[in-house]
Amino acid sequence: MMKELFPRKQVMGFVFSLVLTAVALLVYFMDMSFAVGMTILLVTAFIQAGLQLILFMHAGESEDKNAIYISIYYGMIIAIFTILGSLLTMVWTYQIQ
Amino acid sequence: MEFFERFAIPHPSPAIYASMVAIGLVTIAIIFGLTYFKKWGYLWREWLTTVDHKRLGIMYLISAILMLFRGGADAIMMRAQLAAPENKLLDAQHYNEIFTTHGVVMILFMAMPFIIGFMNFVVPLQIGARDVAFPRLNALSFWLFFAGAMLFNISFVIGGSPDAGWTSYFPLADNEFSQSVGTNYYMIAIQIAGLGTLMTGINFMTTILKMRAPGMTLMKMPMFTWSALIANVIIVFAFPVLTVALAMGTLDRLFGTHFFASTNGGMDMLWANLFWVWGHPEVYILILPAFGIYSEVISTFARRNLYGYKSMVASMVIISLLSFLVWVHHFFTMGQGALVNSIFSITTMAIAVPTGVKIFNWLFTLYKGKIEVTTPMLYSMLFIPLFTIGGVTGVMLGMSAADYQYHNTMFLVAHFHMVIIPGVVFAMLAALFYYWPKMFGFMLNEKLGKLGAWVIAIGTLLAFMPMFFSGLDGQARRMYTYSESSGFGIWNMISFVGALGLAIGFALIVYNIYYSFRYASRDIGSDPWDARTLEWATHTPVPEYNFATMPQIESVEPFWDDKKNGKKLFKDKIEKIHMPNNTGIPFIMGVLFFIWGFSFIFAMWIPLIIFTLAIFGCMAYQSFENDHGRYISVEEVEETENKLGGKR
Repeated sequence: MMKELFPRKQVMGFVFSLVLTAVALLVYFMDMSFAVGMTILLVTAFIQAGLQLILFMHAGESEDKNAIYISIYYGMIIAIFTILGSLLTMVWTYQIQ
Repeated sequence: MEFFERFAIPHPSPAIYASMVAIGLVTIAIIFGLTYFKKWGYLWREWLTTVDHKRLGIMYLISAILMLFRGGADAIMMRAQLAAPENKLLDAQHYNEIFTTHGVVMILFMAMPFIIGFMNFVVPLQIGARDVAFPRLNALSFWLFFAGAMLFNISFVIGGSPDAGWTSYFPLADNEFSQSVGTNYYMIAIQIAGLGTLMTGINFMTTILKMRAPGMTLMKMPMFTWSALIANVIIVFAFPVLTVALAMGTLDRLFGTHFFASTNGGMDMLWANLFWVWGHPEVYILILPAFGIYSEVISTFARRNLYGYKSMVASMVIISLLSFLVWVHHFFTMGQGALVNSIFSITTMAIAVPTGVKIFNWLFTLYKGKIEVTTPMLYSMLFIPLFTIGGVTGVMLGMSAADYQYHNTMFLVAHFHMVIIPGVVFAMLAALFYYWPKMFGFMLNEKLGKLGAWVIAIGTLLAFMPMFFSGLDGQARRMYTYSESSGFGIWNMISFVGALGLAIGFALIVYNIYYSFRYASRDIGSDPWDARTLEWATHTPVPEYNFATMPQIESVEPFWDDKKNGKKLFKDKIEKIHMPNNTGIPFIMGVLFFIWGFSFIFAMWIPLIIFTLAIFGCMAYQSFENDHGRYISVEEVEETENKLGGKR
């Protein structure tokens, strides 16, 4: 009975998100290269965001979960293309100094 | 600059002082008129505080038409200045301000409210809803848009208008090169209106996804509603970019940051990049609902169902994705390499494919249709060939290598006008004629309407075709004059004649409204066009609750099936109807935002802080207000229905 009432998933998720925060903080306190630091930040940020959406904002639990997931994927695709495209245009291949 | 100097106009001229006096006189006349006819209470109760989507839609349309004439006056002045070589009608500074405000007003304060106005009026009726999902937010959207538009429009008499082009590229738009407050107006006024648009996007997405009548699945939605849904998805994903870019630009101009400066690690091209990350999807925000209107009009007057419904939907979904992948084609010549240009050339041309699918779907709808040429249909038929000219030249511009020749010339100006005028403006005029009887209970005169359509179409061709030639000959855009030996004179003179033709065309529409208001029959029933979709199934004038009972939807054309195939739409008995209450908060917030923006533009920090607090105060009041709306009783609904000719 108690086992069913105990929000096991949420507590685990909370602990996990604390761990992710701690890992991200390492970038500040440890001495590492820009590339490694950025990679850690990006990876932890995306896992963190997913955790929040699915576990704490209940993205997959309602009837319209399809609409929710479609808009999340749509937004992610647009964001990734916009960022990569901007980097490509403004930094990686920009020819005027 | 000294504090009070900033309020002065940087280039005083008699025309501007005359406008100042005119604005003053018109304001006094409106205040006097409202007082004399005792209309203040009516205005407040019925319009300023309304949350009814139909009234908000009509207010959007009135604003759009006003702004059409404001932007049109700018256009006539520009064409008059360029009509002859070495003309001295306007000086360079004045000309710069005029082409900047023309662009901003036409895109953001004319086309956008036109489209959002029709979305407001039509979408809830098409999906069988009583109102939008968040009626108060909808009112706030309108008043924010209106505050932004008015703020932008006073710029030319107080402090000077923005003069860095509607794209407002840095470093030109930075303090160093644009010293007047003009560009502050640009940053703040568009910011306020943009917030309103973003709220509209969220509101209509929710409305269309959540509030459809029973039985109306996504694939049974009318095409205009589909186009509105896609346009609002694009709004929600594109407008935040504009919000951020404008905020960064404001910080640069007023707080000394260097995001877009060319020194101290700033990156001036980043503005162009962010602007077009928003700007290109914006093009599709405008054109998709226009395509939706054409779909409705063509299917109604070809007297058959829309050809290729599924491919229409699919092509819009693909356009919504591709529209975010092409923005670099607006600045092919600005320093990125050939690889990047090639990538964005290809994505640009790819977008022609789904657009072509839509064009062919309309042609196949017309094929074997019983075509009836009414004014809205005439605009739709004129749209296809004229838009094709704009589209084909667009593919020319999309080839990055060739673009080096066309970039920043009148060729480009001709291209986007040939896309936007037949694409968006014709659609809005078609919609104006098509939905007018539903809005106001009488029809616009057909003879005058068709004459106007022809005059506007010929005016468009005369005004913009010559620019293709002078542009290929090397006439640069945004130049206030040119020499006689350039040989551009004759082309620009023809353009000026075309611009006058357009002015006559729009004057004909205004006369048509006046004429029809006086003489048109009021006995037209609720379905004068013999249309197919749900918005025509309710009474004219539309009662505030839209539908007395919820329609039961079984097909894409439920009203047509009701009329011709005997499938009853309305089966339920009347019950009491829950409606939202009117509220003054959105209007008050609009006024507060107007003064807030004005304080921001002139860097008056103390009023800025006070009005920021006042805005937050309004939001807090709204959050804690306990208002559950009201019920319209069964007797009241029955009485209204009987007065309008009986329940359906």
